[in-house]
Amino acid sequence: MSEGAGKKATYNLPIGPIHPALKEPILFTFKMDGEVIQEVDFAPGKAHRGVEWMGMRRNPVQIVHLTDRICGICGVSHSLAFARTVEQIAEIEVPERAHYVRTIIQEFERIQSHILWAGVAAHELGFDTLFYLAWRVREESLDVIEYLTGNRVNYGIIQIGGVRRDFTSDQFPRIEASLKYYEDLLGKLLNLFLDDKSIGLRCRQCGVLSRDDALRLCTVGPTARASGLNMDVRQDSPYAAYGDLDVRAVLPDQYLSGTNGDVYDRIVVRLLEVPQSIGIIRQCLDQMPPGEVLWETKYAKILATCKKAVGEAVGRVEAPRGECLHYVRMDGNSNPHTWKVKASTYSNQMAWLKILQGEQIADIPIIIASIDPCMSCTDRVAIVREDGTDVLTKEDLTRLSVEKTRRLMQ
Amino acid sequence: MKFLPTVAEVLRQITKTPATNIFPAKYLPPSITGFLRSVGEGKASIHPPIGTPPKFRGKITYDRDTCTGCKLCIRVCPANAIEFLPETKRVRIYVTQCVFCSQCNDACPTGSLVMSDEFLLATEDRYAEEMIVE
Repeated sequence: MSEGAGKKATYNLPIGPIHPALKEPILFTFKMDGEVIQEVDFAPGKAHRGVEWMGMRRNPVQIVHLTDRICGICGVSHSLAFARTVEQIAEIEVPERAHYVRTIIQEFERIQSHILWAGVAAHELGFDTLFYLAWRVREESLDVIEYLTGNRVNYGIIQIGGVRRDFTSDQFPRIEASLKYYEDLLGKLLNLFLDDKSIGLRCRQCGVLSRDDALRLCTVGPTARASGLNMDVRQDSPYAAYGDLDVRAVLPDQYLSGTNGDVYDRIVVRLLEVPQSIGIIRQCLDQMPPGEVLWETKYAKILATCKKAVGEAVGRVEAPRGECLHYVRMDGNSNPHTWKVKASTYSNQMAWLKILQGEQIADIPIIIASIDPCMSCTDRVAIVREDGTDVLTKEDLTRLSVEKTRRLMQ
Repeated sequence: MKFLPTVAEVLRQITKTPATNIFPAKYLPPSITGFLRSVGEGKASIHPPIGTPPKFRGKITYDRDTCTGCKLCIRVCPANAIEFLPETKRVRIYVTQCVFCSQCNDACPTGSLVMSDEFLLATEDRYAEEMIVE
């Protein structure tokens, strides 16, 4: 950039709330200097659905199926996080086998989510052939999920105190066939995504998030791991069957020579988590103990236990996009007093402000998609005021948080 | 495989059967309703529909004779699709509201609620007669 160009007037470029480059509604405002982004601002909250409001008018057994519908792709992560909070409050002991069933289904979800994302990334780069290939091979995992749970999306398999369908040993060959399919495919996928010249040119040194920024902005999941943070809920605070299994966070330097924290590293992390998931499912199938899968088959007793429960708990789950957190407070009524959902994109979205700075207009779609955003899952609040102000400052938010905590403590 | 990896893929597509279900007719008929009428009269044949998998969750069926009116299904239904009829102590299920989780089937102590294999349930009328089970 010459000195004269810097003095030129900047202009604003709005993208969204509805835009072909975005998969979900969100409003971006870019302050542009020519083709280069100077500043970024974004306004989420365009897809608020009132899920928590609906949940507070239902009992936990009903909410489990509502949590399935928070996200269409990582549905089981939300159900699992919610079921874990209620199980902690009501002190329900989940059978060992149910933990393994939950782990297997979560790992299949991760496989389909990462391949879905890989296809979307290829599409955002304009590489539609690869997009079609990725989405075609993703079908296999959806078929297995349908075979195991009965549904392709919104699986409806999690229940408070276990799972609703057991995996029988005659289903194992089908699972194994699918794992083999992905294992054979993996070399091809890695070759097509990582050795491709144009993907390398578009993604290397693009949308860089340094390790310090990733830490400071509290990013989670593959976005954090691509910047070199060794964090994974499955490894750091194991839930379900992960404590029995060998799970290590996938970091880009296991494949590349170093960590850059760019879009390319995020592709590497997500693609390498597919073989990791295959390994985890294999371990689960080998170690799966016999026994029941549901703590109590009489629903009247599950409902009564949930009604009696008093207390609060937090459930953390490593969703394909990062940590998914549910907070529930029960006060002895059948419906929860408070239910708070924090999807992983809520933590990751602030990284946009950093990684979009200084990039080109043409790279906006892939950089936005590189954190795998899921706006409808994230939007928990929408401010509607008559005077038209819909921006809350940090001080406002802190004050509101303190007020809400005081309300909860009463 | 290093160069042009899609060429082999494209060639393989020529001999492959489609991944999707086969269209009922071999060629698109000039009139769908006319074609269906001739199928009904036995003059034409269609590709049979793909069967449903085991434990499929389709339209709900309700046996009102074995139902005891315990209301447990109403308490577990996430979509509030079940209504209690106090005069007869039986329930009414609105299929257009149902999310097909089959949780009421698991909860029902007498097994009066069962999911059928019927899945062609698209309708414009939320309160159509066949969309209300009682």
